[in-house]
Amino acid sequence: MSNDPTHQFLVNKIVPIEIGGIDFSFTNASLFMVATVGVAAGFLYLTTSQRGLIPTRMQSVSEMSYEFIASMLREGAGSHGMKFFPMVFSLFMFILTANLLGMFPYFFTVTSQIIVTFALAVFVIGTVILYGFYKHGLGFLKLFVPHGVPGVLLPLVVAIEIISFLSRPISLSVRLFANMLAGHITLKVFAGFVTSLSALGALGIGGAILPLIMTVAITGLEFLVCFLQAYVFAVLTCMYLNDAVHPGSH
Amino acid sequence: MFVTAAYAQSTTTEGEAHEPAAAGEVHTETGVAPEGEHGTGVFPPFDSTHFASQLLWLAITFGLFYLLMSKVIIPRIGGILETRHDRIAQDLDEASRLKGEADAAIASYEQELATAKAKGHSIADTAREAAKAKATADRTAVEADLAKKITAAETRIADIKSKALADVGAIAEETATAVVTQLIGGTVTKAEIAAAVKASAGN
Repeated sequence: MSNDPTHQFLVNKIVPIEIGGIDFSFTNASLFMVATVGVAAGFLYLTTSQRGLIPTRMQSVSEMSYEFIASMLREGAGSHGMKFFPMVFSLFMFILTANLLGMFPYFFTVTSQIIVTFALAVFVIGTVILYGFYKHGLGFLKLFVPHGVPGVLLPLVVAIEIISFLSRPISLSVRLFANMLAGHITLKVFAGFVTSLSALGALGIGGAILPLIMTVAITGLEFLVCFLQAYVFAVLTCMYLNDAVHPGSH
Repeated sequence: MFVTAAYAQSTTTEGEAHEPAAAGEVHTETGVAPEGEHGTGVFPPFDSTHFASQLLWLAITFGLFYLLMSKVIIPRIGGILETRHDRIAQDLDEASRLKGEADAAIASYEQELATAKAKGHSIADTAREAAKAKATADRTAVEADLAKKITAAETRIADIKSKALADVGAIAEETATAVVTQLIGGTVTKAEIAAAVKASAGN
C-alpha cells in the first residue's frame, strides 16, 4: 500500500470536529494549510523585521517577491488594479508555499486538492464579478461585448465570451490542481519503481538506477512546476482583475 | 502493478501516517475494512466527504493569511521599499546640490583667477609704463646735460681758439717783425706788419 501513488492525497482526520451534522474536522490538509500560512507569514515577517535600508539576503527575497507581484499586477491590471495587491500577493505566496511544502516527503500537498484550488479560483472570479458590478454597474457586461464585431456575429461572440468567462474558474483551478497531482503521482510512481526493482536482487538494483535518475530529474522539474503554477495562477488573477478594473478594454 | 492492487486498501487509512512498508506487503489490519467513511473507489482528491472541512479550514487559514499580509507584511515591505526609495532620491538630491555647489565654487574660482590675471596685467603694464617714462625722462635729462656740457665745451674751445688765434696774430706780427728786421735790416712799422699778417691770416 505504500506504493499507492494516490495514498499521499488522502485526507485524514486529526481532530474530529462536527458542527450541525457537517464534518469540519481538523485534518492533515488543515494542518498543512496552517503550516503553509505559518511558514509563509513567518518567513515574510522574520526576514523583514530588521527593516534594513540595505537588505540582507533573506530580506531581499521578501522584497523581490513583493516587487515581483507588484510589477506583475501593475502590468496586468494597471495602477487602478493595485488595490488588489494584497489579494494577489497572498494568493501567490500561499500557493507557492503550499506547493513547495508539498515537495517534502510525507508532507501533504494542499494544492493537490481540487476543492482547495477551486475555492481559490472562485475567490478570484467572485472578486472580479463583485468588483466589476460594484465599480461599473451594468457597464461591467461590456466585458462580453468586444469592440468592432459585426452585428450578425455579435450573439455568437457574446455567447463564446460568456462561456469562456464561466470556464475561467474551472481552468484556473484544474490547472493548478492537475499539475500538482500529476507531478506528485509521477514522482511516487518512479520512486516506487526504485524500491520494487531493487527488491528483485542484484539485477533489479542495477535496473533501478534509471528510475532513480528519473526521480531526481522529476524532483527538479517539480520544483520548477511549483513556482511556475503559483506564477501562472497569479498572472491569470491579474488578467482577470484587469477585466474587473477595465471592462470592455479588450 | 502494485499501483492498482494496493489502491482499494489505501483509502481507509484514517489518521494513519504514511508507512514506508516494503513493496507488495499486504496490510492486513487496514485491508479488512475497505468501506470506511469515504466511498471506497473514490479518487482521494475528488472525495467529497472532506470538502466542507477543507473549505472551512482554507477560509480560516487563507483569511488569516490575507489579513496578515494586508495589515502587517505588505505595509512593512512597502515601507521598507519606500524608505529606501526616498533615501536614494534624497541622496541623489544631495549629490546634485553638492555638485551645484562645486560648480559654483569652480565658477567663482575662475572668476577670481580672471580678475587676478587682469589685475596682474594692469600692474605689469603700469610698472612698464612707469619704467619707460622714467627711462625716457632720465635719458632726456642726461641728453640735456650732455648738450649743456657740449655747449660749454664748445664755448670754451671757441674762446681758447679765438684767444689762441689772437695770440697767433701777435706772434706772427713779432715773428714777421723779427724776420723782416733780420732779412731787410730796416725797420718796418708796426702798423704795416699788422696789416700784412691780417692779410695773410685772411687768406
